[in-house]
Parts: sequence; structure tokens; C-alpha cells
Amino acid sequence: MKILVCITKAPDTTTKIAFTDNDTKLNEAGVQWIINPYEEWYALVRALELKEAGIASAVHLITVGKADTEPVIRKALALGGDEAIRIDADSNDSFYIASQIAEYAKSHSYDLVMMGKESIDYNNASMGAMVAEMLDLPYITHVCKLDVANGAVAVNREIEGGEESDTCLLPLVISCQKGMSEARIPNMRGIMAARTKPLNVVAPIAVDELTSIVSYEMPVQKTGVKMLNIDQMDELVRLLHEEAKVI
Amino acid sequence: MILVFAEQNNGSFKKASFEAINYASKIAANAGTQVCAVVLGEANDTAILGNYGANKVIHIQDARLNNLEAKAYSKAISTIASQENAQVIIFSNNNTAKAVAPRVAARLKAGLVAGAISLPDTSNGFVVKKSVFSGKAFAFVNVKSATKVISLTPNSFGVEKTDAVAEVATQSIDFGANDFAVKVESVNKITGIVPLGEAELVVSGGRGLKGPENWGILEDLAASIGATLACSRPVADSHWRPHHEHVGQTGGTIRPNLYIAVGISGAIQHLAGVNSSKAIVVINKDPEAPFFKAGDYGVLGDAFEIVPKLTEAFKKYKAAQHA
Ligand SMILES: Cc1cc2nc3c(=O)[nH]c(=O)nc-3n(C[C@H](O)[C@H](O)[C@H](O)COP(=O)(O)OP(=O)(O)OC[C@H]3O[C@@H](n4cnc5c(N)ncnc54)[C@H](O)[C@@H]3O)c2cc1C
Ligand SMILES: Nc1ncnc2c1ncn2[C@@H]1O[C@H](COP(=O)(O)O)[C@@H](O)[C@H]1O
Repeated sequence: MKILVCITKAPDTTTKIAFTDNDTKLNEAGVQWIINPYEEWYALVRALELKEAGIASAVHLITVGKADTEPVIRKALALGGDEAIRIDADSNDSFYIASQIAEYAKSHSYDLVMMGKESIDYNNASMGAMVAEMLDLPYITHVCKLDVANGAVAVNREIEGGEESDTCLLPLVISCQKGMSEARIPNMRGIMAARTKPLNVVAPIAVDELTSIVSYEMPVQKTGVKMLNIDQMDELVRLLHEEAKVI
Repeated sequence: MILVFAEQNNGSFKKASFEAINYASKIAANAGTQVCAVVLGEANDTAILGNYGANKVIHIQDARLNNLEAKAYSKAISTIASQENAQVIIFSNNNTAKAVAPRVAARLKAGLVAGAISLPDTSNGFVVKKSVFSGKAFAFVNVKSATKVISLTPNSFGVEKTDAVAEVATQSIDFGANDFAVKVESVNKITGIVPLGEAELVVSGGRGLKGPENWGILEDLAASIGATLACSRPVADSHWRPHHEHVGQTGGTIRPNLYIAVGISGAIQHLAGVNSSKAIVVINKDPEAPFFKAGDYGVLGDAFEIVPKLTEAFKKYKAAQHA
């Protein structure tokens, strides 16, 4: 069984976000890039566990990004995985990115394509569904437990208002979240090995971008917290009702 | 036509579906067109969707659609979209929509805005505002394709109701066997409480509560105003609370009207999930807790003393309201 793990880079969670060029571009100065946590902690680690258990024969990593994503993909290789593919393109449009991933996956017959549940930069949570549609495959989102046996997966997933257990024959696409595995940190051997693992750069196919980001805006700063003491709980309730108008 | 997916749960509709229909009707009014709501699976009283702005309802009463199957749902919604000549297709951005809306978008080659929080601005293109960088900023996204898909963040607009009723038509979709590839083995739905993603009022606890045995005071507080419970990540990681209650960067992102944070320090990863709340109340014994900077109202002191007093105050307020 061959697994493809989709990896994107994201600003470290503590990064202060700011914009340049009239609020049309992310100010990348000082931004520390990390592997998007959902695919690092869950999709990738679970894929590696399946390989270590002898269930998966190969784990490939794919990213759609320019050369500046290579340190992140090397870090992913240091955690494990046999080879990486970088589609040499930069886009914010999910349809464009999904088309690139689907195109590559089509000609390499993966049994399982794994995503993070959401990218922490654009928060679309869309990629898996798009790739699945383009590959005409089933799609299971928000998977928090994954087992593979006899050409089928057994998963637990979070659904609206609860949890569900499902089974599905391979091949399919899933998105991964908390519960699936425990985060790992790369060790020295992994880091050394990653240097010589294949990182194939592939040219993108021509696809229209269906959306574009026109500009960004920062949230309005809070005017400051209004402090009350323990004997003012009726006053707090009055403020929530009359001033904030939330109850 | 503006198409909207009206999600149902065990046959009845969720508030978020009404909100999505309201939103669709505003877009339709601006575009001089009508709203068609699509209902999948067995459901009662679909005509009431008219109360929220649907002119027409297409109900696909196929029991196989009672549980989410992304492939079949997408086929059904895309088929109706093409048939009705939909210009825009609206979803409420929850776990179901995340499985289905992008599939519909890919199928129809439609640009998607996932997590929209504004109506489209059509003065120069078709621009929709959404939250990015886990709530640290907003982006204005222009959709360039002829057909557009918008997945609306729940609680962005609220719900308005009228007396109008919708005309209901039933229809069937010609599914193939491989449209139902995912086999549901068991479903465990939490009943009786508003799901966190849709809750208007949320009471949340952190490590300051010391242990799961102390959650009673938060349950009482939540019950006093009908709020849903949430928690910080270490609380879920330590299994003090179920992990679907975990909010923040790696948990759920919510946008309630009121978020009451008890014994939570306010780490940036926690704030990422809650900082779009309309009002935030912070209860913490440490004056330096970063949460106070992100809060609207703060109470400094011991949660074990403050929370019961706040519960009493809410109860008094509720009683006065009903008097
Ligand atoms: C990549 C990454 C992702 C993360 N994602 C998330 C996430 O999604 N959600 C999340 O919550 N965290 C997340 N975290 C963890 C986050 O950084 C914090 O560690 C976490 O939010 C702290 O939880 P807490 O506030 O409950 O606990 P603490 O930081 O221990 O804070 C407890 C608070 O309770 C107060 N307190 C103690 N006793 C009392 C009392 N008797 N009365 C009143 N107040 C009291 C203390 O003053 C303190 O402020 C993430 C971290 C990383 C690195
Ligand atoms: N540029 C990209 N290259 C490869 N995979 C991606 C890319 N962007 C997103 N993904 C994958 O899709 C998931 C969901 O991302 P998104 O739909 O953008 O929120 C991520 O967790 C990744 O697994």
C-alpha cells in the first residue's frame, strides 16, 4: 500500500501576523515557517506508523510551493517518509493547488491520500475534498483514529454534533486531526537521512485560479478590558445585557 | 438562482441552516433572483424553510442520505445546482460542509470561500471577507469563476424569521453504488445541547480548574444561561473533558456571542480559536494572565468563589426576564 501525505508550510503559531504592500501581502520578515501541525503531528506520523507496522510499503510527501518551502519539506523527510515531491508553484487558490496534487496522484496510484484537517494560515479545510473529487474517490474528514487492514480502512471521525465509526475500501482520501497519533520530533539519524532522500521538483500543470486574495485586514484592537470585582456580578450581567448585548 | 444546502439532523433543521438561508436570501435580493434550499435525507416540515427566505425547497428524501456521505451529497447538490442554474451555492461552514462544499466547488469548477463572514461585495468583482491565520487577520477573497461556492461561518449574522412558506418539490437522484463507498458502522451523537460550533453562549474552563471533579461549577454556570461547554487543550489532553470541547488552534474555532473563560491563561494558540467571539469575559486569579488583554470584561480572583456568584446573578437575571 502506497501513501501520499500532503504537506504545506505555515507560520509558527506564535508568529505576529503583519502585512505589507498596502495590506496585500503577508510580511514574511521574521516569520518562522513550520510544517502545518495537522499533517505533521497526525497524517505524517500515522502514515509512518503504518509503514513501520509493515502495512504501508511507501510513504511519499507532496507539497505545492516554491523553493522556499524546501526546508519545511526536508524537516518532514527527517521525521520519515521515503521521498518528497514539490510542485513548483505558488498559489492561494484551493482549486489550483488541489488540481496539482490530483494530477500527480493520478499517475502514481496511491492507495491512501492523507491531509491535515486544515491549514493554519488560510484555514480553508478544503483541500482533501477537492482532491478526492478530482480523483473520484471517497473522502472522510476529521479522522481521529485510523486503522488499515485487508485493503480497507476503519476510522473514527468527528461529525457535526458527535462521532462516527466508518469503514471504507481503499483507495480514498482522508483528513486527519487530533487523536490519530502522538507528535514526534526528528532525531539525528532522520535529519542526516533526509539530506539524501529524493526531493523531486515537478512543473505545475496549467490551471485557472478561481479565487484570489485582494487584501488583508487586521482585527480591530480591543479597547481594553473592563475590570469588575467579585461583588459586582449583577453589574457584569447588566453590562452583558445592555452594553455588549450578548444575552 | 441562489442555492443553499439546508442541513438537517435527525429530521429537523439546525439554526445554522436557517442562518445560511437568510444569508442566501440577502444575496438573492441583491442579485434580483430567488433562493432554492436543498434538503438531503428524511426530514419533516421542510416548508418552514420559507420562513427564513427560501422561495423553493428541493427535498431528496433518500434514506441513504441520512448520514453524511461526501460523495453522494456532492453529487446531489451539484446536480440540483446545474438544474437550477445556481450562480452561488451557500453552505454553513461546519464539519459536514468541509466534507462537501469543496467537492461541489471542484465538480462545478466554482471558486470557493470557506469560512465567509460577510456578504459578497459586488462593486468590484465578487469579494467576500473571511478569517485567516487562525483569527489573527481577515482576507478579502475575490471569486472569479461564473459559479461560486460560499461556506458561511456559523453565528456571523444571526437568524431572522418571517411567515413566508416555501413551495416544496421532491426529487430523486440517480446514485451509483460507488457514491456510497463509506460504510457507517456506528454513530454517537451528543443530544440535547447546542453543538459548540453553533453555540451563541460558551463557558470554557482551563487548567486553573485543577481537575475534572471541579467542572460542576462550570456546568451550573453554563446551565444558568443555556451555554455550551468548552475547554483549553491541556484540559482535553489530560482527559478531564472530551476532546470535542477543546478550542483553539488545534481544536475548534468558534465565534459565539459570549465566551466566558475560567482559569485559562489566554495563550496565543488558545485565543486563535476564540478571539472572534463578540464579547469575552475572563475570570482569572493572575492579573498578568494574557487573556485579560483579549477580554472585554474581567474578574480578578479565585474562580471557585467567583463562578457560583456569577451563576446566581445569571439566574436572577433569567428569573427577572421571565417575570
Ligand atoms: C502548536 C501549539 C498548538 C496549541 N493549540 C492549542 C489549542 O488549540 N488550544 C489551547 O487551549 N491551547 C493550545 N496550545 C497550548 C497553549 O500554548 C497553552 O499551553 C494552553 O492554552 C494553556 O492552557 P490553560 O490556559 O488551561 O492552562 P495554564 O496556562 O496552566 O493556565 C491556567 C490559568 O488558570 C489560572 N488559575 C489558576 N488557578 C485559578 C483559580 N483558582 N481561579 C482563577 N484562575 C486560576 C492561572 O492564573 C492561569 O492563567 C497549543 C500549543 C502549541 C505549541
Ligand atoms: N500547498 C499545499 N501543498 C500540499 N498540501 C497542501 C497545500 N495546502 C494545503 N495542503 C493540505 O491540505 C490540508 C488542508 O488545507 P486547507 O484546505 O488549505 O486548509 C493541509 O493540512 C495539507 O495537508
